[in-house]
Amino acid sequence: MKAKIHVTLKPGILDPQGKAIQHALETLGFKSADNVRVGKYMELDLAEKDKAKAEAEVKAMCEKLLANTIIEEYRFELTS
Amino acid sequence: MNFGVIVFPGSNCDHDCIHVLSDVLGHKAIPVWHKETKLDGLDAIVLPGGFSYGDYLRTGAIARFSPVMGAVKEFAHDGGMVLGICNGFQILLEAGLLPGAMLRNRSLSFICKDVYVTVENAATPFTGRCQPGQVLKIPIAHADGNYYTDDVTLSQMKAAAQIVFRYCTPEGKVTPEANPNGSLDNIAGIRNAAGNVMGIMPHPERSAEEVLGNDDGRLIFLSMLDALQKAKLKAVLT
Repeated sequence: MKAKIHVTLKPGILDPQGKAIQHALETLGFKSADNVRVGKYMELDLAEKDKAKAEAEVKAMCEKLLANTIIEEYRFELTS
Repeated sequence: MNFGVIVFPGSNCDHDCIHVLSDVLGHKAIPVWHKETKLDGLDAIVLPGGFSYGDYLRTGAIARFSPVMGAVKEFAHDGGMVLGICNGFQILLEAGLLPGAMLRNRSLSFICKDVYVTVENAATPFTGRCQPGQVLKIPIAHADGNYYTDDVTLSQMKAAAQIVFRYCTPEGKVTPEANPNGSLDNIAGIRNAAGNVMGIMPHPERSAEEVLGNDDGRLIFLSMLDALQKAKLKAVLT
């Protein structure tokens, strides 16, 4: 099973990288781009075959290491 | 006194800390490799600056799971003094020994320069040699020093006088312009509720000798030594 994990800063937390990118987009003429947020994307393979167990495992990984839940939120999908 | 300076893969201020504590201040300071699981015989622990584990994932995020961190947590829970400088501060945050988290600097730049901090709380084991409101000039060198915590935690920290240093002007005014990295409330250093663990973004070990033109940082180490000596004396007398 493959897990595809997205980690982003929580809404409302200043994202200086997102701001810089938005500014660059505006400079290039993409005036409609707004609220640019930068995050991390991680992929990993799991030996676990049971979807519920795999979900619990990836959630634990996110909570313990992959995201800092003080400033970040995460979401993930599992594909076989 | 015996200091342990923790060495993670990627620490790069460990030698500076050892130099200040031993060569400058005349105490014993030994490097403690991150794979150690015991901190026997040590009076205080310093987590030095650097780029532990290449800052991968988040600053301090991987170092906090080093074998030695179990012993550091135990040491802190038993009341031992722990000082985290720069990356050491980031590791203490990730480890949950201090509240909050670090974000990328507001400017997105790595900033390496002298800054001024005001002593917000002079009644800690790390600031006993300072006067309340005293201004210290200490250099910073970081890309992720933009301190953040939620409103509830911030008000709890304020109520418990956990904010130890704030970025200020050379005259001691805490202003937005004096904030180098966007840190919430100009926070440059905090302590835990118990008072024995402190994290600070500026590098006192880089400003602890007259020969370098600035020895303001020395006050932090001297304060720690005072507190340790006082505790030892108390232990002998009781």
